[in-house]
Amino acid sequence: MEFFRYLGASTRESFTKLGRSSYFLIETLSGISSVLMRPRLLLKQMHSVGVLSFLIITISGLFVGMVLGLQGFYILSRFGAEETLGVMVAASLVRELGPVVAALLFAGRAGSALTAEIGLMKATEQLSGMEMMAIDPIKRIISPRFLAGFLSMPLLAALFSAVGIIGGQMVGSGLLGVDDGAYWSQMNANLDFQKDIINGVIKSIVFGFVTSWIALFEGYDAIPTAEGVSRATTRTVVNSAFSILGLDFILTALMFGEN
Amino acid sequence: MPHNNTQDTLVGLFVAAGIASLFFLALQVSNLSSFTKGNTFEITARFSNSGGLKVKSAVSAAGVKIGSVKSITFDPKTYESVVKMDIDSQYKTLPDDSSASVFTAGLLGEQYVSLDGGGSDDYLKQGSKIEITNSAIILEKALGQFLFKSAEEKKSSSDDKKGKK
Repeated sequence: MEFFRYLGASTRESFTKLGRSSYFLIETLSGISSVLMRPRLLLKQMHSVGVLSFLIITISGLFVGMVLGLQGFYILSRFGAEETLGVMVAASLVRELGPVVAALLFAGRAGSALTAEIGLMKATEQLSGMEMMAIDPIKRIISPRFLAGFLSMPLLAALFSAVGIIGGQMVGSGLLGVDDGAYWSQMNANLDFQKDIINGVIKSIVFGFVTSWIALFEGYDAIPTAEGVSRATTRTVVNSAFSILGLDFILTALMFGEN
Repeated sequence: MPHNNTQDTLVGLFVAAGIASLFFLALQVSNLSSFTKGNTFEITARFSNSGGLKVKSAVSAAGVKIGSVKSITFDPKTYESVVKMDIDSQYKTLPDDSSASVFTAGLLGEQYVSLDGGGSDDYLKQGSKIEITNSAIILEKALGQFLFKSAEEKKSSSDDKKGKK
């Protein structure tokens, strides 16, 4: 009996949370128009969300590309197909690793920071203070951060893929002796703009939307204590990782299912 | 406000880098730059076997890519595969008795159509049909024939030996 009571309670709890988060999302989206009237707010958040994630994204991208170059070379050279290294590196980066790893890093670097910031604003009653001054905290605080995350994510993912491909080329043709021309021309011939690049960008847009939503909602919904904020930050990273990987599977199945 | 200026610059650099890498992906990595739609004409060739040819496979003449395969269909009446190709319109001086063959780039590479020029004074144009075609070489078939042939030779040479005794 106790178990069923617990199950029922947690079901009710998760439904109300879903409802609150959907309401929160609608509020946030409707606040975007007022953000566009004040681009200074957006720019400030683009700086803290995008520019400050720039370094971790480029360095991780470079190393992921270099590792792909090494591993791909070892396997492909066994079949005498080193020339297709470029295709392997570029396809795996553009289709999967670029959007997914960039989004995971983004959730860890920017998402957790957003949650902690907004949770602390709530704990120190800054949000209530704004409401007292008749300033809508969603329009003033949440919407600019949401839009900044949503816009930065595709750019960061593209950066990750591009830097990774260059890293793969550095290792492949610089270190291991794959022909430089073959690296690029095979890539050029086998990757499709519509199928690979655009789908990768669509993925990163979806991930940016979901990650920003989760991070901001967890912060806004946090219990306003030190422990509550720390838990909300953990939840942001965990839930973002789950939704990114789960959504990635669904999107891949939809996009690359039929050839 | 100097602080805001640096922030503007940094965000500007970030956005520029992001868009530049998108362009890099679009142009350098994928095949968007070789996209020449509209300036092509279509020719048709019939093969008794088009092998592993795919839509968007290359069409080349003397090793240079001059077009791509547009569609591959099966003709249920003649049991042939009908391959339609788009040729870049700058190459409109190909003789109309050119022959088309399906070749493989390397041993295990992609298959492509190769056009070899003939001696006619008339040129291929929109809707032309290529009459002389060579089918794809199917590796399994060729191997099978080779094995069969070498087995035959062995057999006949051992028969000769037996005959001499």
